[in-house]
Amino acid sequence: MGALVKSETQAALTQAAGIRQYLTFALGSEMFAVGTLSVKEIIEYGQLTEVPMMPDFIRGVINLRGAVVPVIDLSARFGRRATEITRRTCIVIIEVPSGDEQQDIGVLVDAVSEVLEIPAGEIEPPPAFGTKIRTDFIHGMGKVDGKFVILLDVGKVLSVEEISTLASVASQGASGQ
Amino acid sequence: MDLDDALKTYIIESRELLEQMEDALLRIEQAQDDPEIINAIFRAAHTIKGSAGLFGLEYIVAFTHVAESVLDKVRGNALHIDPELVALLLESGDHIGTLVEHAAQGDEPDADSERHGAELIARLNTYLGHRDEQTAAKGGMPVEHAPQIEREGGHSVATDNWHISLRFGKDVLRNGMDPLSFVRYLGTLGRIIRIVTVVEAVPPISQLDAESCHLGFEISFQSDADKATIEGAFEFVRDDCLVHIMPPHSKVAEYLDLIRDLPEEEMKLGEMLVKCGTLTLDELKKALQKQADWQRPIGEVLLENNIVRPEVVAAALDKQKQVKDSKTVENNLIRVDAEKLDQLINLIGELTIASAGTALVAQRAGISELQEAASTLSRLVEEVRDTALTLRMVQIGGTFNRFQRVVRDVSKELGKDIELVISGAETELDKTVVEKIGDPLTHLVRNSMDHGIESAEVRLAGGKPAKGTLRLNAYHDSGSIVIEVGDDGGGLKKEKILQKAIEKGLVAPDANLSDKEIFNLIFEAGFSTADTVSNLSGRGVGMDVVRRNINALRGSIDIESEPGAGTTIRIRLPLTLAIIDGFLVGVGSSSFVIPLDLVVECIELSEEDKYAAEARNYLSLRGQVLPYMRLRDLFDVKGERVRRENVVVVQYGNARAGLVVDTLQGEFQTVIKPMGRIFSHVNGIGGSTILGSGEVALILDVPRLVQRVTTQVEKNGLELA
Repeated sequence: MGALVKSETQAALTQAAGIRQYLTFALGSEMFAVGTLSVKEIIEYGQLTEVPMMPDFIRGVINLRGAVVPVIDLSARFGRRATEITRRTCIVIIEVPSGDEQQDIGVLVDAVSEVLEIPAGEIEPPPAFGTKIRTDFIHGMGKVDGKFVILLDVGKVLSVEEISTLASVASQGASGQ
Repeated sequence: MDLDDALKTYIIESRELLEQMEDALLRIEQAQDDPEIINAIFRAAHTIKGSAGLFGLEYIVAFTHVAESVLDKVRGNALHIDPELVALLLESGDHIGTLVEHAAQGDEPDADSERHGAELIARLNTYLGHRDEQTAAKGGMPVEHAPQIEREGGHSVATDNWHISLRFGKDVLRNGMDPLSFVRYLGTLGRIIRIVTVVEAVPPISQLDAESCHLGFEISFQSDADKATIEGAFEFVRDDCLVHIMPPHSKVAEYLDLIRDLPEEEMKLGEMLVKCGTLTLDELKKALQKQADWQRPIGEVLLENNIVRPEVVAAALDKQKQVKDSKTVENNLIRVDAEKLDQLINLIGELTIASAGTALVAQRAGISELQEAASTLSRLVEEVRDTALTLRMVQIGGTFNRFQRVVRDVSKELGKDIELVISGAETELDKTVVEKIGDPLTHLVRNSMDHGIESAEVRLAGGKPAKGTLRLNAYHDSGSIVIEVGDDGGGLKKEKILQKAIEKGLVAPDANLSDKEIFNLIFEAGFSTADTVSNLSGRGVGMDVVRRNINALRGSIDIESEPGAGTTIRIRLPLTLAIIDGFLVGVGSSSFVIPLDLVVECIELSEEDKYAAEARNYLSLRGQVLPYMRLRDLFDVKGERVRRENVVVVQYGNARAGLVVDTLQGEFQTVIKPMGRIFSHVNGIGGSTILGSGEVALILDVPRLVQRVTTQVEKNGLELA
């Protein structure tokens, strides 16, 4: 009980000091991170069902304990090559607010690395250019051991609104052939 | 008992009672003076009032009381039902509904509804006429019904004591009242000759709530006090208790009333009569003795000995029968929270998937006993699933009947004489579908009445009866329910629709459209051909909303119209939204599910057809033209084409189409899983499900696919080879 209280106060303290926890993962040669608060779980890649007539970055759907969850290929979402499946490929399940409910979305990443605490002072605003990713996807650039980690704005990258519009356009296009 | 919970129950009950009342009021116009219906209306109003008093909802009591008094006069044949009175009572019912909604929100009625209420009361009072009638009824209990006494037997009973019948409400103790104190107080007004405690309502000890009062008393009372004084003794409990006070030498007819009004407990006829003071205990004993000898119903024995008057016995027998009848009905129905039901259905969904998984493993293991056990299990699960799904099925009649009122009101508003004809009311469909179909149906019904059915003059000129007919019909058809809204009006005017659509820029002026396409234009947003905008329709909102709502339910809508003869709008909806029988097919490495109800047959794609099919877009199915589509091409599935392809022939409505797939994998219990908003606009995919292997399979949106295949054929024409 005592330990629990302690860890709670510690969490409150870190919150107060502007330190937040981030889950870092690799995508190609670059490191990215998302706030741990929005991460629900991390699962191994497997048994993915493709959904036809979808844009490239929607890889398909998986069965997450009885719920059907869409899986997004982040690399493709950033306009790069589609992620190749390796032994270390993981799906990070992220909770995204959509309207007044939460939607779970799986994100395909090359490898999950670790959970880091990054103080607010170590986070710089996104650069205006030079990242090759839409700047509105970037929440900030975190400095870890002298290297930069791109902190993603989950609400933008996985915007249900935008993805469903793109999906709808792709499906209309496919059926128009 | 939590009062909030109780209030909630009261509000739900009141809504139901109001619905019944409205239903009965609408029926009474046809079945003039049927006492059953009048009683039903009266009971509804009475119950609403009585329970409202329990919760201290004075505004409901006050208003409902006046309506109830009028109904009481109707019941006593002092007033005759006419359309005007029915209209007034309907309005009063609506007002009570408004008041109940106020109670639900926990606020007092606003100035508007109070004014409306006062106006209605004034109108109701004109029916009541006499002032004293109101004061008499003010006690809220069925006291003296002067007209009834004259009508029925005029004999008085022998006893010269007052008779008081008391049934305490459940919450009397909780409200701080002691039933005994009333009896004691009564003792100060006169002498209690005999008191019988009624304990029939006391539940078995295991279910007994010590804080609830289940008691009642039958009291024979000697006093010189007048009725008002005796009534005054029960001032504090009058709202939640049943109090009947019978003066000495009351008429037989009044005892008849009393027997009818007593709470429904199954009790022996003899005891009942003793309780009512009609018989002494001695007289009863004698009668019982004789019954034991002759084995005959006690009522007859009593009659034979001229101990009781025939009318009294008849009423008591009647009462016993009623109690039995209503008990059997009650026992057959259980009220269940819809949420619990949904939870059960969800669990059964999981169970279905798990059982499919087990069957798969058993098959792989190759142990025949295990396979047998698994198949028994699957069959049972399937039965459980079907039964569970029927729990959610409700008849559409309830929804249809609501339109009696709509049609009545709207036809009055429009000054048209329109009759509603309902058929197929017993057709069942899923509750969730029923809930969502109400609004679109209302739009369609109003639209048909406003635009479809012509005015009486036009109708007569066209050689049709002046009275218009609106039809609501429902039936099952291959896994769907079809709901039709039909009218015998002027039909849709093709030219007018086309002209309007061109005006609004919805279609190109030189477009060549089929009849069906033209009719479907009325579902486009912002389309309305009514020359004048009326209160009801004509603003061009509605029809597009209707189509959107129907599509959201995975349904479709189409129109059939004959100039001069009328229009029929046909809505086709899936029977359930939760679990279906599916047919699993494979294309490349993917699996897809086709709703089994829509599958007509499966055939192999013959070599001959395969080559011929390259050049044209139809197959020959036993000499008939069958438009088809390759799922592999449509969904852009990668991988080699297999050597032997199969064609699944599907049918939706009147249209058939062939879907070419690689493999047929057989029937499969399909639990429909929502795909989330991301895939809400995807063409050709209706949902997803989880296979026994844990993999996700996509469910084909067959209606959409069939439509696509057939329009493709219409567009390109059949390239007959």
